[in-house]
Amino acid sequence: MQNFKALSNKDKGRYIANWMLDHAMIIIIILMAIYVQSQKPAFFKIPSLVNILSLTAVRLPMALGVAGCIILAGTDLSGGRVAGLTAFISAILLQKAGASGKFLPNLTPPNLLLVILAVMAIGAIVGLVNGFCMGKFKLHPFIVTLATQMITYGVYLTVSGSKQISSLDTSYTTSFVTKSLFKIGPTSVPMYVLLAIILTAIVWFIWNKTTFGKNMFAVGSNEEAARVSGVNVLLTIVGVFMMAGALYGYTGFVEAARLGGSTATLGLNYESDAIAAVVIGGVSFVGGTGKISGVILGVFMMQLIMSGMTFLGISGNVTYIIKGAVILVACILDMRKYMVKK
Amino acid sequence: MAEQNILLRMEGICKTFPGVKALDNAQLTVRKGTVHALMGENGAGKSTLMKCLFGIYSKDAGHIYLDGKEINFKNSREALDNGVAMVHQELNQALKRNVMDNIWLGRYPKMGSGKLPVVSEKKMYDATMKVFDELGVKVNPKTVMSTMPVSQRQMVEIAKAVSFNSKIIVLDEPTSSLTETEVEHLFEIINMLRDRGCGIIYISHKMEEILRISDDVTIMRDGQYIATRAAKDLTMDEIIRLMVGRELTNRFPPKDNVVSNENIMEVQGITAMYSHLKDVSFSLKKGEILGVAGLDSSGRTELLENIFGYATRKSGKLFKNGKPIGNKTSRESIQNGFALLTEERRATGIFGILNIQENTVISSLKKYLNYGFVLSNKKMAEKTKWSIDAMHIKTPSQKTKIRSLSGGNQQKVILGRWLLTQPDILLLDEPTRGIDVGAKYEIYQLILDLAKQGKSVIMVSSEMPELLGVCNRILVMSGGRLAGEVNADTATQEEIMTLAAKYA
Repeated sequence: MQNFKALSNKDKGRYIANWMLDHAMIIIIILMAIYVQSQKPAFFKIPSLVNILSLTAVRLPMALGVAGCIILAGTDLSGGRVAGLTAFISAILLQKAGASGKFLPNLTPPNLLLVILAVMAIGAIVGLVNGFCMGKFKLHPFIVTLATQMITYGVYLTVSGSKQISSLDTSYTTSFVTKSLFKIGPTSVPMYVLLAIILTAIVWFIWNKTTFGKNMFAVGSNEEAARVSGVNVLLTIVGVFMMAGALYGYTGFVEAARLGGSTATLGLNYESDAIAAVVIGGVSFVGGTGKISGVILGVFMMQLIMSGMTFLGISGNVTYIIKGAVILVACILDMRKYMVKK
Repeated sequence: MAEQNILLRMEGICKTFPGVKALDNAQLTVRKGTVHALMGENGAGKSTLMKCLFGIYSKDAGHIYLDGKEINFKNSREALDNGVAMVHQELNQALKRNVMDNIWLGRYPKMGSGKLPVVSEKKMYDATMKVFDELGVKVNPKTVMSTMPVSQRQMVEIAKAVSFNSKIIVLDEPTSSLTETEVEHLFEIINMLRDRGCGIIYISHKMEEILRISDDVTIMRDGQYIATRAAKDLTMDEIIRLMVGRELTNRFPPKDNVVSNENIMEVQGITAMYSHLKDVSFSLKKGEILGVAGLDSSGRTELLENIFGYATRKSGKLFKNGKPIGNKTSRESIQNGFALLTEERRATGIFGILNIQENTVISSLKKYLNYGFVLSNKKMAEKTKWSIDAMHIKTPSQKTKIRSLSGGNQQKVILGRWLLTQPDILLLDEPTRGIDVGAKYEIYQLILDLAKQGKSVIMVSSEMPELLGVCNRILVMSGGRLAGEVNADTATQEEIMTLAAKYA
């Protein structure tokens, strides 16, 4: 707006109202945070803030993966179950030698790096199936990823027999993933925060500096234009979903270590949290737009809500209602920007 | 024509779609350093021929030679790499990305030696500026496409074609959204490319332009090659005769409607909430055909949409027969006796998969109820029959899907649909767009008949001869404002063009 002062009062009001609506999600969340702070003064103290940041780091990789899919004007529902599967795989591979009821009794824990690469590869394979079905057979992302979500969960249940896995090797948990990097006051910042920062930097580079990243935005903005210009659209779609899958795989690896094992509910609804965070962060379902900084902000805001509700002692059941409402409001506010007004 | 001067030769091209022979032994020969106009009515096969060149369609028979070598492109990228580019009428761009991202899409310049897939923004910026300087295009390469006007986006598309070092550049209706100055700039660029030895294939319906800019003209009709002539030997009448295949003595029916002195509608200072339409006032007489001229995006369509309540008004008043009316929504406007024939027939006019009867009765369903809630098939069939007869719709039956009809017949179905709502004021947005010359005449006749029955018509059109030939009075829009009004019986195209550029 060039000349705010030159506007009539009516237009000024409209301009301010529009600005508020464009930033409504963030305004609402900040107001909520202020409310929580007024009720529970411990909310904005160091232990709580570090906790929120750490949880943001846990959820960020999956959100980055989902964000790529949404930039393609698609979506991905398979994330949570992929993380559940890879958490299980990480856990059985890295169970303590001699733990009672060890899932793979004769296995000595292999190299950590090998396990990370393996579970990321498994996630990428699910992404490959997702991307290929979409790009090749023009299936709707919703249907494809709903199907692979079910298949992934089914594979997990079949292989695990719904067994809980615990007693993980400490070289995996306290000596690596949850190892303290440094302390802020009494609270330690775990290793997985650093890992999340590294992954985010890599994804930022891919999005903004590589031909693949630029092709991803172009395909999301106008698939036909990209095709006419000679972009390999199929490869781009497959690549984006594989990258997302690998990030889900990584999430499973971190979650098993952080939670000390794997259960059938690990990963449940992670994908919807990620989608909500990404939408709050300004990545539009219209496709073709989105920024890493937005995704980070979105995940952080989402975590702020979650932690705030925990602080207020709101029950987990009510949390679902609020999360659902947040997704709905975020999408409405987003579409508002793209609606062609007549 | 000496063989070495020939850049592109397409011969014996045939293409059949289920039920239609789209191209029948078509040919085209483009000389080096010339502008070659490709002309024909809609459906004559111009765009099918171009799609065969670019490999979007695979031809059934025929040969294409570029620089003497036979070619057979599989997709438009392959064509681009071989120096054959096309600027489409509907610009196909990634609107959320910036200018240079669009130009180099699919072939981004890479960092360093180019072995890694890392994009060099600097190389991309410099290369873009080089092309823009050459062409005299003043656009910042980092501007996001969606924030630019269509004319600039088109320049970007032309720059993209040039950046491929194209030998052949196809321009499809390039001036439809340009102002006069922009057209001049485009022609300068075309002349420059011609001097460099490029072959320009120029597809347009605007005959003045064609006669001015082109060297050769190839005319097609019904998928067949008709003739290639030097533009300097052709006249407009000659082109029309070749395109239509018969002498077209009367392009318009006689204007024998009687305009009454009574105002049926008064528009006072309407300004749109979300578009640039600003402070438009005029009146409409009973039995009058009022034309609305102007360039694309001059606010013509917005004017109709605001009157009809399809777009939101910020301020302004409407009166019908002296009484104020609201027309805040389409539903209210229909009740007030208005009808709006939309510009995009396929997108907002027809229900493609529904049949003619369903398409005809959709706006007046309440009239066909029995016992107040059961739709009567008999009543609907009767009214549809009336519409088919009155509009002279050529269709095998009422149950035929509307999308299988020609554009002209589809338009008549929609006109019939609106007449069943018994409107007094018809708002027609480009009623003859995409319709053959012959069918156009029938639409003109229908419009005149409506006026003779005492209905009033406001008709938007990009074709000035059509407005002059059919309307009683013409409003000229420019930059969202009313630039002036002319008497259609005495005005000239130049007068209208001058007004259209007033606020553009």
